[in-house]
Amino acid sequence: MLKLENINLYYDGIHALKDVSLEVPEGKVISLIGSNGAGKTSTLRTISGLSKPKSGKITFKDQDLLKVAPEKLVNMGIVQVPEGRRVFAPMSVYENLELGAYLRKDKDGIEKDLQRVFKRFPRLDERRKQMAGTLSGGEQQMLAMGRALMSGPKVLLLDEPSMGLAPILVREIFDIISELNQLGITILLVEQNAKMALSIADYAYVLETGKIVLEGKGEDLAESDEIQKAYLGG
Amino acid sequence: MKNALLFYGVYNRKGVSMDIFIQQVINGLSLGSIYALIALGYTMVYGIIKLINFAHGEIYMIGAYIGFFAITSMGLGFIPALIIAMIGCAILGMAIEKIAYKPLRKSTRIAVLITAIGVSLFLQYTTVFFLRPEPRIFPKILTDGRFNIFGLKAYITYQQLTIFIVTILLVVLLQYIVHFTKTGKAMRAVAFDKDAATLMGINTNNIISITFAIGSALAGAAGVMVGVYYSAINPLMGIMPGLKAFVAAVLGGIGIIPGAFTGGMIMGVIEAMVSGYGNSLYRDAVAFLILIIILIFKPTGLFGKSEREKV
Repeated sequence: MLKLENINLYYDGIHALKDVSLEVPEGKVISLIGSNGAGKTSTLRTISGLSKPKSGKITFKDQDLLKVAPEKLVNMGIVQVPEGRRVFAPMSVYENLELGAYLRKDKDGIEKDLQRVFKRFPRLDERRKQMAGTLSGGEQQMLAMGRALMSGPKVLLLDEPSMGLAPILVREIFDIISELNQLGITILLVEQNAKMALSIADYAYVLETGKIVLEGKGEDLAESDEIQKAYLGG
Repeated sequence: MKNALLFYGVYNRKGVSMDIFIQQVINGLSLGSIYALIALGYTMVYGIIKLINFAHGEIYMIGAYIGFFAITSMGLGFIPALIIAMIGCAILGMAIEKIAYKPLRKSTRIAVLITAIGVSLFLQYTTVFFLRPEPRIFPKILTDGRFNIFGLKAYITYQQLTIFIVTILLVVLLQYIVHFTKTGKAMRAVAFDKDAATLMGINTNNIISITFAIGSALAGAAGVMVGVYYSAINPLMGIMPGLKAFVAAVLGGIGIIPGAFTGGMIMGVIEAMVSGYGNSLYRDAVAFLILIIILIFKPTGLFGKSEREKV
């Protein structure tokens, strides 16, 4: 469904992505793992159009994404939950969710999705009038995901959803990701937490200093020696 | 008898000083309304693209001229002239943003700031060139008259009352737009985090454009009302009120809308007090003294909180 071919991205003179190619088939969970600074966030930013690659091709259902304005991607169903949640801190939880549905015009559908989000994340319902900046890290991550769900995503790009969260919350976030996938949402998951990311991935890519160095089925990669050594502390 | 006279004298002096005080507050609030309207534009633009738009005072000046021509050439009344000036300034503001600032979106902030000063001078002297440098007398379109306040020897003129009411209406409308409309929410989102807003599908360029339009429309309204109030306008009239409104925005906390309104009102009242009790020659000095004091003791302004991010 989503396909990157030989993407080269330069960032402040640094060759941040080197011939990155990856494929996200419909209905799957694809993980992109790698250490800090490997180019994971750059990959997502490039897909979302926030960074312009020097060369390469990105297609979504055979449509050239590099020719689409970044704010139009949401309409096509490509929705990103950025690194560090990036909730709108001075706005209420409710307003944050409303902004997720910014481009939608189907009032009934929005209301239905809102109820769905509140049902899945009761904490957000309790705190709907609270400023997003006052939420805990885990709640902010839920808000960021709820906000993305309000856009009606077909592909969800998740950037380090487990970052800075307590282990029990990490578990919950990954449960939610699997749940969303079962609802039919395709997922591209970027993570430093290789163990968790591989455990739910149908297929995974390993990024190292801007290059894809390894790829394979989630469970195969989790067992491979290289991954064990480099990322799983085995 | 002597005691009685003395008592009368004291009472009388007290009464007079109360009259003067109330009168200065009234004068200050109407002047403050003007500063507040201009300061709102400063603060909104700063909030969304972190630019002190030094051409903002010139938008206010051009608003005054649009109002002037709407009244003199087209024979319009106060309200239609006000609306036309607001629309004209909104278009001007958007055009300035598109031509001068948007190409510099990825440049350093100082580059945009210097451009803003350039735009300011450009507008001043283009106006001088085409509309002549000498002041023009703004026609009287509001009937003269005044109300007595609480039986004191203090008065509020119809002009002052109009300025005050129009300002309050515009500020209420602005608050409504910013807090309850989709565009307003998008404005706040863009002001907080442009990339995250883009990821929501918000066209940040459009929102920035709308912000310039609204801020400039408010300045245009201020321009027309100043014409009505002081009855003379000239091409360089935007410099000082522009700077003072900037001080007002900083005083309230730049980027914060209620702060700009409050800051404007405080500046107006302080200026009126300095003129009424001290020496009106010092009023400009006092305005900038406030800026210096704020920058030393509370750079975030009265309403500003120091930013604290939560991980």
